[in-house]
Amino acid sequence: MKRFGILTIAAALAVTTLAGCGSNSSSNSNTSSNTEVTGTVSTDGSTSMEKVIGSLGEAFEAENSGITFTYNPTGSGSGITAVSEGRCDIGLSSRALTDEEKESGLTETILALDGIAIIVNPENPVNDLSLEQIAQIYTGEITNWSEVGGSDSEIVLIGREAGSGTRDGFESITGTEDLCQYRQELTSTGDVITTVANNPGAIGYASLASISDTVKAITVDGVAPSEETVKDGSYVVQRPFVLVTKTDTPLSEAAQLFFDYATSADVEDILTGAGVVSAN
Amino acid sequence: MKNKKHLTETIIHGIFLILGLLTVGCVLLITIYLVISGIPAIREIGLIDFLFGKTWASTASEPSFGILPFLLTSIYGTAGAILLGVPVGFFTAVYLAKVANPKVKSIVSSAISLLASIPSVVYGLVGMLILVPGIREVFSLPDGASLLAAIIVLAIMVLPSIINVSLTALEAVPKEYEDASLALGATPTETYFRVSVPAAKSGIAAAIVLGVGRAIGEAMAVIMVSGNAPNMPSLFESVRFLTTAVASEMAYSSGLQRQALFSIALVLFFFIMLINAVLNFFLKKSKEEH
Repeated sequence: MKRFGILTIAAALAVTTLAGCGSNSSSNSNTSSNTEVTGTVSTDGSTSMEKVIGSLGEAFEAENSGITFTYNPTGSGSGITAVSEGRCDIGLSSRALTDEEKESGLTETILALDGIAIIVNPENPVNDLSLEQIAQIYTGEITNWSEVGGSDSEIVLIGREAGSGTRDGFESITGTEDLCQYRQELTSTGDVITTVANNPGAIGYASLASISDTVKAITVDGVAPSEETVKDGSYVVQRPFVLVTKTDTPLSEAAQLFFDYATSADVEDILTGAGVVSAN
Repeated sequence: MKNKKHLTETIIHGIFLILGLLTVGCVLLITIYLVISGIPAIREIGLIDFLFGKTWASTASEPSFGILPFLLTSIYGTAGAILLGVPVGFFTAVYLAKVANPKVKSIVSSAISLLASIPSVVYGLVGMLILVPGIREVFSLPDGASLLAAIIVLAIMVLPSIINVSLTALEAVPKEYEDASLALGATPTETYFRVSVPAAKSGIAAAIVLGVGRAIGEAMAVIMVSGNAPNMPSLFESVRFLTTAVASEMAYSSGLQRQALFSIALVLFFFIMLINAVLNFFLKKSKEEH
């Protein structure tokens, strides 16, 4: 229901954005809509970016009826491989590219910033943790909720599988790489939310955009995760959503059109609607 | 005219041959692909370190690829499922084959077919939402996702294969055997367990092996209830099976990690081959007996 609502908002925003473009009649948007580009834009990569890229793709298709937009949710690693092997136009990664990957001929363009929310069961009385406490909890130094002001029960650490962009983001931000004592390693954001919602002692992390009412997002160092706090940098658990392209191979006409569209200021409302903060 | 007929026959034979070879081709392709993609990582890690290493940390800065936790979990999990599933399945089969009246039998049989056709993701979902919190409450654990949860789900999933194959074997026992036993003064129950069951033992063994195969190869349902942390197996701990080790990391894997996942798949493949060989042995024996 909530997701549907967001989609509706995104669609509505897309329509208003379109209308705005028309009335402004800037020469740029006129030429692009006149030449009526046809073709496909294929994207491949991060599952965390599903909502963002879905909303963008939908709005983009509505604007350019001749172009088919596809998104293959395979994961950041697969998306980067796919674009470097030429299997898709634009790769989607929910982490910054490594120097190695950049040297191999890939370019990153930051599309948006995503906050990673630290979630607990709504029954849990704990509302705030410091980044250090979170790190201590995940490395097993703190094992009981009573040590951080909660009830006397064991902390159950829920995380994502090795290789996940969210896990990589969370562990690098908290400085807990290879140290997390996970009780459960789940393969999707939805599984993490469901598990935390079902266990009063659980703590997990998930993309801010995917958080539902079934879990409680706690504040980190007193800052609640929200679009404002992610954008101004005060909420520290955040990561970039990146469009990956090949450095020396130009994009197809349709893909370039999408790339320009996604990185323009016009899509800010769509990104906001999808729960992330525009980087452009 | 006759020549033409001959030609049609040859063509049809040819088509059938190609279709038959298609299956063989698929098996060969998968086997060769698995071996080719599974060997490099084993060579790099070392067979002993790979099979008997106790730590799996595939994305750590100093990665280690020991699959002993997965191997043991798969073996314990399957053994547990068989331990729970076989008695239930076996007695159900005896009941359905020999005791149940036709009406009850048809109801129970259709329920079993339904059980067999429920997708494994549904088993996983129900397990995740009911069984896992249930285990947490009953045993007052911090978390219910554990080897026990996986064993219970697998035990239910292997039931249909065990029941159906045992049932077929029991029904194939010649009626004369049982009549002779009854005529000699044995009670019906004595007859079922002393005559019918021994006569069908190869078929029942095949049923159990089939159940083992089903349990060891299951990934979807298990991944949702077992917690997936690469711990050494323990009944109330979060564990990772061979299948789920491949499934959970494949999406984001790269480099040696990905190759190691193929190696795990190769190990799993050998397990399944072994189980199939044992199954064929029992099925052949069962055929020879009748």
